[in-house]
Amino acid sequence: MNSRTRAIVLGTGLVLLAAVPPVAGLFNQPFYLDLVRRVMIFAIAALSLNLILGYGGMISFGHAAYLGIGAYAVGVLAHYGIDNGFLQWALAIVASALVALVIGAVSIRTSGVYFIMITLAFTQMLYYLGISIEEFGGDDGMRLAVKSQFGLIDLNDGSAFYYLVLAILVLFLVLGHRLVNSRFGMVIRAARSNEARTRSIGFSPYPYRLAAFVIAGAMCGLAGALLVNHTAYLTPEFMNWTRSGELMFMVILGGMASIAGPVLGAFALLLVEDALSGWTQHWQLILGPLLVLSVLFFRHGLAGLLFGKNE
Amino acid sequence: MNNVLLEVRGLTKSFGALLASDDIDLEVREGETHAIIGPNGAGKTTLISQLAGNLLPDRGRVRFAGEDITALSAPARSHRGFARSFQITSIYRDFTALENVMLAVQAHAGHSFRFWSPARAERALQEPARRVLEEVGLGARAGVPGGSLAHGEQRQLEVAMALATRPRLMLLDEPVAGMGAEETQRMIGLISTLKGGKTIILVEHDMDAVFSLADRVSVLVYGRIVATGTPEEIRANAEVRRAYLGEEIAA
Repeated sequence: MNSRTRAIVLGTGLVLLAAVPPVAGLFNQPFYLDLVRRVMIFAIAALSLNLILGYGGMISFGHAAYLGIGAYAVGVLAHYGIDNGFLQWALAIVASALVALVIGAVSIRTSGVYFIMITLAFTQMLYYLGISIEEFGGDDGMRLAVKSQFGLIDLNDGSAFYYLVLAILVLFLVLGHRLVNSRFGMVIRAARSNEARTRSIGFSPYPYRLAAFVIAGAMCGLAGALLVNHTAYLTPEFMNWTRSGELMFMVILGGMASIAGPVLGAFALLLVEDALSGWTQHWQLILGPLLVLSVLFFRHGLAGLLFGKNE
Repeated sequence: MNNVLLEVRGLTKSFGALLASDDIDLEVREGETHAIIGPNGAGKTTLISQLAGNLLPDRGRVRFAGEDITALSAPARSHRGFARSFQITSIYRDFTALENVMLAVQAHAGHSFRFWSPARAERALQEPARRVLEEVGLGARAGVPGGSLAHGEQRQLEVAMALATRPRLMLLDEPVAGMGAEETQRMIGLISTLKGGKTIILVEHDMDAVFSLADRVSVLVYGRIVATGTPEEIRANAEVRRAYLGEEIAA
């Protein structure tokens, strides 16, 4: 598929997403606004994970950590009466980046199954930390009494919040596209493809991988700040390991060799989940085999079906 | 006689009970092509890996241009002028031939913490990469993914990636492995055009390649260097013939 057709597909997707609030309003179905906004927030998280998982070959099984940190940054500041959104979201990004720096500095020295286990272990630590802090509701979590305040944009306005999430998603798609094709992106992709060769031509992959890990963590931290505003509820469940698994599924289902792939994956997974759960309470019994089949038969994910093999 | 560029002293490496490098001494002079030959399992690739920094020796020192580099990593050695080609083809299969070489250029063209502009469009990376592809005879195949190139072309790409880092010392690990006669001749021709300008350590099984390219030859048997000399001296060396060459080149 050439770049023009791809631009048409992406443009169509953007128009469809932009049309959701007025259409949902027209049919008086605010539920769909809510659903698509939630999907886009997870799409942002999955997109950030794909930078390290798909392009960097770093199989992080703990990416939900940054969803949690972003959410707690907002929730904790709000708890103490600081509701300035710029401050809250800046903290969400910076705190996620710092935690990613620590986790990455340790885990990137390992590879394979050790890397998976270390990233999982760190996230479980944070999860249990969240459960143990009674001040913030322990494992029950706590309500976010006031959403992040931005002056001009009111997040209580469902469509305004929706368009803000959409804008961030589009921004991250553009940033991600630039990143993976930049010098930096070429190095992390090269190191995934063939580490020995990459070292022999003169690159030491570690600092590049660590930087990618931090960038992905920071992006996901912002998704966490969005998520807690969306649910208006702060809970350690954001950091549950099953959440990390879902993010991985979105990436793999959507296609790892594509920046837009994880967005497709997020839509597919969450919309199918929503449809099935409305139909039967045993929806996971159906979703599981669907995922297995998609991994077996669509090696390049949904993006591979839509855009061809490579981006 | 030229200066010694690479000096190896007492290099020793074992894997469990197997002594893969046994107290190896080696001197490679600036500008020479130094072949290392030996039977299978003699430890040639282990030696190359230690020289390239992919593997650390248990004992011994390696000096390059007067500097002790024994503890330096592979990337650090690359920046001091080492380049390696691998015995088992080691390229980026999903990247095009041009992108493969551009990455090697990029590693030696300033830092790569650049996040915004597309690397493929950088002329400062493209032009040297194209020149190197032309040099090794892959100019017409620049846009083909590495994984889709023919075996011989992939071997040429190996050499191109090593060349693109503008090395002082090239470590070529069996560059004609698995090649047909015609491809072998082309590769020998390519390496001979590099001779003189560059110092080359050539590990090779193919005796035609060794004796037409090498200025000096070292023979490695069971991890030990049993002889070093000009190709004529090696041909004449009784111990070498007994240990390795057999009657193959006596004829």
